Amino acid sequence: MKKKNKRLITIIVSFLLFSMGCFIIFINLRDNLIFFYSPSEIFEKEISSEKTIRVGGMVKEKSLNRKIKEINGINMEEISFVITDFEKEIIISYIGILPDLFREGQGVVVEGFIVNKGLFNANTVLAKHDENYMPPEIKDLESIKEKANDI
Amino acid sequence: MIFKLANPLKFQKFTEKFQPVTIHLALFLLVIGLFFSFFNSPPDYLQGETVRIMYIHVPCAWFSLMIYSIIVICSISSLVLRHTLADLISRSCAPIGACFTIATLVTGSIWGKPTWGTWWVWDARLTSVLILFIIYLGLIIINNSYDDKSKADKYASILAVVGAVNLPIIKWSVNWWSTLHQPASISKLSSPSIDPSMLVPLFIMTFSFFFFFISILLIRLKGEIIQRKIDVIKYNRVEK
Repeated sequence: MKKKNKRLITIIVSFLLFSMGCFIIFINLRDNLIFFYSPSEIFEKEISSEKTIRVGGMVKEKSLNRKIKEINGINMEEISFVITDFEKEIIISYIGILPDLFREGQGVVVEGFIVNKGLFNANTVLAKHDENYMPPEIKDLESIKEKANDI
Repeated sequence: MIFKLANPLKFQKFTEKFQPVTIHLALFLLVIGLFFSFFNSPPDYLQGETVRIMYIHVPCAWFSLMIYSIIVICSISSLVLRHTLADLISRSCAPIGACFTIATLVTGSIWGKPTWGTWWVWDARLTSVLILFIIYLGLIIINNSYDDKSKADKYASILAVVGAVNLPIIKWSVNWWSTLHQPASISKLSSPSIDPSMLVPLFIMTFSFFFFFISILLIRLKGEIIQRKIDVIKYNRVEK
């Protein structure tokens, strides 16, 4: 065998072995690598309420509630909304400022603690942007079309 | 044609003719691209004007991956065929790729604050791009830390091939794991989820960055070839 081919085979074999090793590591770390759980996963898994976790999903339409509450003598706005993955729902309560892109019907990731199944106390709310980019006029047209279809 | 260019000297002659063309094209496209991205494209229905960061962020991210792929191909051919030009190309590419990667991270961070509400999160996409940046730094360090350049090239090539595992992880991290970063908008060219009016500035900027990359690469390559010649002359003097 030529020296050249020998070197090529050595590289290919060691690369394949290395990537297989990485693959096995990543498969086993799957649960630690995900950035957030979906509401269904919260219901399926036993997650301790002492651990900080993240939950992500869609903000349910017309679920956003704001009320003024007094905490330590300061008036704070307590925000609550429902996150859904269209199978299970979870109520989020949060005190603080929502990101600008927070909308009902849009994706969101919240970080905090589970109070009980179905109720979650959030410290941080992050808006999740989807892969769709379009000008406002086209979005208006689309919502008009959707409404027309509904009728 | 390509085999002819693999000779460093002929390559250098070709470079001298070609380099001014690429830098002028890059600047010309940059002016048009910036005009389109700032004045002649609509704001996004959700993000508003913040969307304009995408016209820099996305091409930078593409090139950080593309340049790394070039380095990997050159490293393999350098390890297998022992060709000098492949070494010179991967040596010249590493700092350019590192710059594109840091630009991706910085612009992404600036976009993340108003959109997500945070500068940085440790999700799979962001972390894997940070690892890419660290690998680039490793390549630059190895390239410059040996007096014996052939040794440096060999070790850098091995690191580049090992680091190639990171490329598919970056590309598909958004599909494999639930990440805060959104999945790719242009995965199929036939049906991108970006409005055509926003694709125009994106592609003009991409072409501009492409020619910019080529032009910087050619300048750096010229430098590397001259450096090698100097090394040879020095070596011969010492020998005498």
